[in-house]
Amino acid sequence: MVEINNLQFHYPKSRTILDNVSLDFTPGNIYGLFGKNGEGKSTLMKIIAGLLFPTAGNCYVLNEITSKRKVKSLKDIFIVSEDFELPSIKISTYEKINAPFYPKFSKNQFYDLIKEFKLSPDQKISTLSFGQKKKVFIAFGIATNTKLLLMDEPTNGLDIPSKSQFRKIMASAVDQGKCIIISTHQVRDLHSLINHVIILDQSKVVIDKPLSFISEHLWFGKPKHHDQDAVIYSEMTFGGKAVLYKQDKDETDIDLELLFNAVLSEPEQINNALNTAYHGARI
Amino acid sequence: MDFDNSKPIYLQIVDFFYESILARRWPEGERIPSVREVAMMVEVNPNTAIRAFNYLQDEGVIYNKRGIGYFVSENGYKKVLDIKRKEFIELTLPDVFKKMILLDVKLEEMSNSYNQYVNDIDHENK
Repeated sequence: MVEINNLQFHYPKSRTILDNVSLDFTPGNIYGLFGKNGEGKSTLMKIIAGLLFPTAGNCYVLNEITSKRKVKSLKDIFIVSEDFELPSIKISTYEKINAPFYPKFSKNQFYDLIKEFKLSPDQKISTLSFGQKKKVFIAFGIATNTKLLLMDEPTNGLDIPSKSQFRKIMASAVDQGKCIIISTHQVRDLHSLINHVIILDQSKVVIDKPLSFISEHLWFGKPKHHDQDAVIYSEMTFGGKAVLYKQDKDETDIDLELLFNAVLSEPEQINNALNTAYHGARI
Repeated sequence: MDFDNSKPIYLQIVDFFYESILARRWPEGERIPSVREVAMMVEVNPNTAIRAFNYLQDEGVIYNKRGIGYFVSENGYKKVLDIKRKEFIELTLPDVFKKMILLDVKLEEMSNSYNQYVNDIDHENK
């Protein structure tokens, strides 16, 4: 669906933001894109959407180079960007004007989502709060039913009940033909939704793996005394959480925050753990 | 659904199924919610939900009728009961015993508490 080869990017007169990035996104997955502030998450999303052009290397979406901005690929890409401006018109007018660009747009789905988000089609977008505007934008993005949906910090600005609604909606929105990429700092909000994690650090991809793969190789939790040798990274928070080589221990849930910190501080050891299979006795 | 951090999410979904079957909310032979419905219910990626369905199918607790959906097996209740009993005896009890020794709680005290508890429940149900 999305194929990125040896991508380089820097803004004019600034340092390199993305350095030799190669990634492959396939349908049926929800990707979580993580990285510290300024590590190029939003830039990468904009390049995929064709809003920025790479300095070197290339990015294909549905076999078209996205910087060529062909209609064939643009009608199947939607980006819910972090900062956005919506015109000062009614929600229903916004839908009428913008829906025709997306052949698979579902009017019913859009208005169902608007209703679910406790908004009404007659409301003027300029009278809404930031969070409500975001809901309009998210609802529109999901209803476009594009094959590729990019979301940059989608839960920013959403109130507490809406975050749960958002997860329910996303769980129902993904299907085998769709690819969803979400970038976020709110890992707790989206933890249960994503099934593949990509972490960017210092302009490079430091990890790009399905969660099921990670939980087969790494163990998260409080290490027992005899596990000390297997500890890769630990935090001195209450109880002392740590990332360990999984070895023959039972599979645990992945603590994304812990994984993120571990990857940034011990990238080599983490990748080593992920790339070498453990040949221990399996129960 | 609140996830605890120790078990992978798909196994927590499996537990949610077990509970529903033990509580007879999902009777034997009856259709259960689809993968998509479960994914929405517990707010997870459908791929994670599928993992839970596959796991339960391998355990023989549910089965798939092609094109119709998933059903609780005819002996599904008994199967879940065996699985959960085994888990209780092998995992939960040792933890309780460990605490009993640590806190010096005698077996007799425990048996008294147990009887008291059963009594209270009987009263409540009357």
